[in-house]
Amino acid sequence: MTKHSDQTNKSGPDMIYRSFLDRQIFALPKCTKCNQFHFFPRVVCPHCGEFELEWLAVSGKGQVYSTTTIRRKPERGGPYNVCLITLEEGPRMMSRIEGIDAESVKIGDKVTACINNDSEESFVVFTPTKEAN
Amino acid sequence: MAHNLRGSSAIVGVGLAGCGEAHGKMPLDILAEATHNALDDAGLKLSDIDGLFTGSSYHFMPTLSTAEYLGIKPRFSDGSMVGGSSFVAHTLNAAMALKTGLCDVALICYGSNQRTAGGKLATMSEQQIYEAPYKPRYPISSYALAAARHMYQYGTTREQLADIAVAARQWAQLNPAAFARKDLTREDVLNSRMISDPLSLLDCCLVTDGGGAVIMVSSERAKDFPNKPVYLLGTGAAHWHRQITQMPDLTVTAAKESGERAFKMAGVTQNDIDVVEVYDAFTINTLLFLEDLGFCAKGEGGPFVSNGNIAPGGSLPVNTNGGGLSCVHPGMYGIFILIEAIQQLRGDCGARQVNNAEVALVHGNGGVLSSQVTSIFGTEEVL
Ligand SMILES: [Zn+2]
Repeated sequence: MTKHSDQTNKSGPDMIYRSFLDRQIFALPKCTKCNQFHFFPRVVCPHCGEFELEWLAVSGKGQVYSTTTIRRKPERGGPYNVCLITLEEGPRMMSRIEGIDAESVKIGDKVTACINNDSEESFVVFTPTKEAN
Repeated sequence: MAHNLRGSSAIVGVGLAGCGEAHGKMPLDILAEATHNALDDAGLKLSDIDGLFTGSSYHFMPTLSTAEYLGIKPRFSDGSMVGGSSFVAHTLNAAMALKTGLCDVALICYGSNQRTAGGKLATMSEQQIYEAPYKPRYPISSYALAAARHMYQYGTTREQLADIAVAARQWAQLNPAAFARKDLTREDVLNSRMISDPLSLLDCCLVTDGGGAVIMVSSERAKDFPNKPVYLLGTGAAHWHRQITQMPDLTVTAAKESGERAFKMAGVTQNDIDVVEVYDAFTINTLLFLEDLGFCAKGEGGPFVSNGNIAPGGSLPVNTNGGGLSCVHPGMYGIFILIEAIQQLRGDCGARQVNNAEVALVHGNGGVLSSQVTSIFGTEEVL
């Protein structure tokens, strides 16, 4: 028999994900069986098939797994970055690095998540992690 | 014991139409003309077709629209959609349908007017809600991310990728039907406009019109046709993701698994392959697939593809029609690699003919390195 946590019964995983973002929290579903996080949010753990999941805030720490600069014309806003980030907790997501030139983003860079609320839908972007002195 | 699909079906007719520019034609017009040419080639008529296999970016229910247009009433139809790899995937499904008697004459077909319709890639794809905020360009950004990662992990260079485009062009120059035949140098590729780093314009496939069709029958009757039959020896499919974000390792595609399956069914190894046709939507594709299909070790694709090794006269003939990079690429390309492989095994390729080609490997790619399908064909000599 499959069990669902209370939270996933209340609404779908996409709604839960976005409602956390709207509250400035970057949270992802975590499997109660294999203890792994996943992204994008689902009702089942893609690592082991377990349906009982819980939502937990993630650290927001990650590393650039790959990166590309899309060479948009200057009159249309200029070049911009699209990258894949591997989160400290394991999942990988598409995002962009803000605060530095698109072309300066390098694979392996340590980055930190922040939530972009500029548009109607909140989404996660990253900035270069400032190393502590 | 050999797999019971090995050699159970054969391709007895191929046809191309509208490759390059087909002014004023709709996708199904081009598909129908390619079908006409394939039927002519096989000495068959439309009413002989009772199995239909097709995919489309234009028609939501492609088998229904295609059969309606052609005026045929197939007993068995399959519109499985795995992007550009669909037509290679259809060879497996057609082989099963022929083997089980669900149909007797299978038509695998495709047509597109992508170029003359304005160049924009037709798509019925759903929006990717977890990627949309970052505005990736589809499909190039996904391939660029894979290329960047391969460079980072293995030291692959833009020069090596450029050599893939140069090799494809040199093959195209031997193919009078290829769309892009002007001289091309490594420097031309490196100096072309950057689109999504590290891929520049000449790392990308063409945008053309074109259609292709293949007629497949059970091997029991394969010799009743005018052409030398080409037998399907083995085929395998694999997919591990839909979107690039979910690809477990951007340097390893599911071609590793589809290839293993196809080689196992065919009972051959890489050393037996005389000619290779892989889906080269971007230069990085050729490199990744040659590695994953076992023609060189993982990470050694860069040196393997460079310095003319896969060009005419090199050690491994790859994409002998000029590929999607230089021959033809109308949205989905899978049907064209099938047709080139068949023509090579028949010995019909003129200046670009690979000598004594008996076994050919065809590898289709769909989505963003997502769907991988490998088919291996052979002449009667290797049955
Ligand atoms: Zn799990």
